[in-house]
Amino acid sequence: MKTREPVITVKNMVKKFGSFVANDNLSFEVFKGEIFGFLGANGAGKTTAIRILCGLSSPTSGEMKVAGFDVYRQTEKIKQNIGYMSQKFSLYEDLTVFENIRLYGGVYGMKIADRKARTTEMLERLGLTAYENRKIGDLPLGWKQKLAFSIAILHNPKIVFLDEPTGGVDPITRRQFWNLIYEAVEKGITVFVTTHYMDEAEYCDRASIMADGKIVALDTPLKLKEQYNAANMDEVFLKIAR
Amino acid sequence: MRTLYYILQKEFTQIFRNKSMLPVIFVMPLVQMLILVFAATNELRQVDLAIVDFDNSASSRKLTSEITGNPFFIVRQNLASTQDAEDLLMRNKIDLALVIPQNFDKDLTLSKKADVQILVDAINGMAAQLSLGYLSNVIGNYSQKILIKTGKPEPGLMKSIGIKSTYWFNPQLNFKYYMAPGILVVLITVIGMLLGGMNLVREKELGTIEQINVTPIQKWQFIAGKLLPFLAIGLFDLAFGLMIARLAFNIPIRGSMPLLFGMASIYLMLVLSLGLFISTISDTVQQATFVTFFMLIVFILMSGLFTPVESMPDWAQKLDYANPLYYFVKIMRSIILKGSNFTDIFNEFAALSVFAVSMFGMAIFRYRKTS
Repeated sequence: MKTREPVITVKNMVKKFGSFVANDNLSFEVFKGEIFGFLGANGAGKTTAIRILCGLSSPTSGEMKVAGFDVYRQTEKIKQNIGYMSQKFSLYEDLTVFENIRLYGGVYGMKIADRKARTTEMLERLGLTAYENRKIGDLPLGWKQKLAFSIAILHNPKIVFLDEPTGGVDPITRRQFWNLIYEAVEKGITVFVTTHYMDEAEYCDRASIMADGKIVALDTPLKLKEQYNAANMDEVFLKIAR
Repeated sequence: MRTLYYILQKEFTQIFRNKSMLPVIFVMPLVQMLILVFAATNELRQVDLAIVDFDNSASSRKLTSEITGNPFFIVRQNLASTQDAEDLLMRNKIDLALVIPQNFDKDLTLSKKADVQILVDAINGMAAQLSLGYLSNVIGNYSQKILIKTGKPEPGLMKSIGIKSTYWFNPQLNFKYYMAPGILVVLITVIGMLLGGMNLVREKELGTIEQINVTPIQKWQFIAGKLLPFLAIGLFDLAFGLMIARLAFNIPIRGSMPLLFGMASIYLMLVLSLGLFISTISDTVQQATFVTFFMLIVFILMSGLFTPVESMPDWAQKLDYANPLYYFVKIMRSIILKGSNFTDIFNEFAALSVFAVSMFGMAIFRYRKTS
């Protein structure tokens, strides 16, 4: 097990939309350097929770800290320390790869030399050096997703939040995507990832399973499989969902 | 400040990459100046007139030819009855009908006093009064001529007080001089209120604003990034429009250009902030467009651009104190046509500045990074 230093602490988080309870009393901790999986069916409340932790949505109640900062009062400090990749692709499609990188590098206050070095390295790793001046909108979805992830961690955040990063992507690209995630973890970035692909749950250090706004299970994939007497995470999920 | 630089760089790149932007920047001023300035005129060029002559005498023919000789009237003659004239009025074929009664000639020679009847289509009250005025003038001139010819001037008529008037600032009463500065105001208002706001709300629709909201970017930086590029475009279009006005209508520009562009910058900041404010409370482009258009129409019609503010009821004139166009139409006309200086327009300047700063503040305040 890695160092048990919590970078995200959530106590009794509640989010209501009118009378609908999207997040019902969630409590969990995410530790430094781990891959924390947030699993659940569509509509289970994963995106709501991730948006609250990123400071995009305000919670109804609860105590939350991200990277040591309070979710209510220090959202801007949190934002300097996290990266976020939303479910919907949200880089500027009418800007080139280079222009998007320049913008986000600039907005996060990266030094120009630093940004250039990291850009070169990143594009080489992705094999996209030749496409630096192409508009992002013209690239295939898999490449876009990998770029979105790489730009989300360009400024070397403490934590990166990934909201269904591999939705709609082919298995090979998904595999490559997870390799990028592992590389990020090696650099010390904590990864908080939501998914509804249960095979991806196997790649996480710990996984929580959400249903109807509640966390119904949280442990390492191995222990979850033991606990539910299942061969793989898929079965665990089906048993929980019944 | 560096962050603002990167945001502006991004906005400008996107604006100039957008293929529909160039036509907006160049075609809109051309169309507005060359078409609207001509179209938005209160001058009457030609009036369709019918004459029903029951007298058919030397005098009545003389009067008829007096009217047909005037280039202002397009005359239909030889109508048999008043009924025919009324029919034509009904079918919008004519604007005016002149009925010369029987015994017109006789009355004129015997009693020096004859009546004619004029029927006016008064759907457009202003046009009706104008054309009636023109026709009365022609008839008046005709009766003067008769009086002089017969050598029996009525004492009262000849001794009346002569008035010599001088029209200041626009001696030829050229309506285009009056309209062009006003149309320019409409031009930069539309650019200001629509472009900035649409741009912001479009980012909401596309979802790209999420990625921005999750960065430590400051709210004022993002709003300023949406405002400044369009302020520059607005000023450019003002210059372009003024150039067209100068070339096409030879409009006199009597005031100081730096003053004019300084005022325009404040005004653009105000309308851009208003557009951005609307888009921060809208979720879709459709919603924002609707609200913006509604406000634009109210602002334009109440601005004094087409109809004098002085002829509006008192309460409406008071409402105009909240109408940015009201101030800026005044400022533009004063600087361009009268050559007013800063002191002359200080009140309008003060009002616009207060509005601009508070609206900019409201837009920043209302923009939420956390929903």
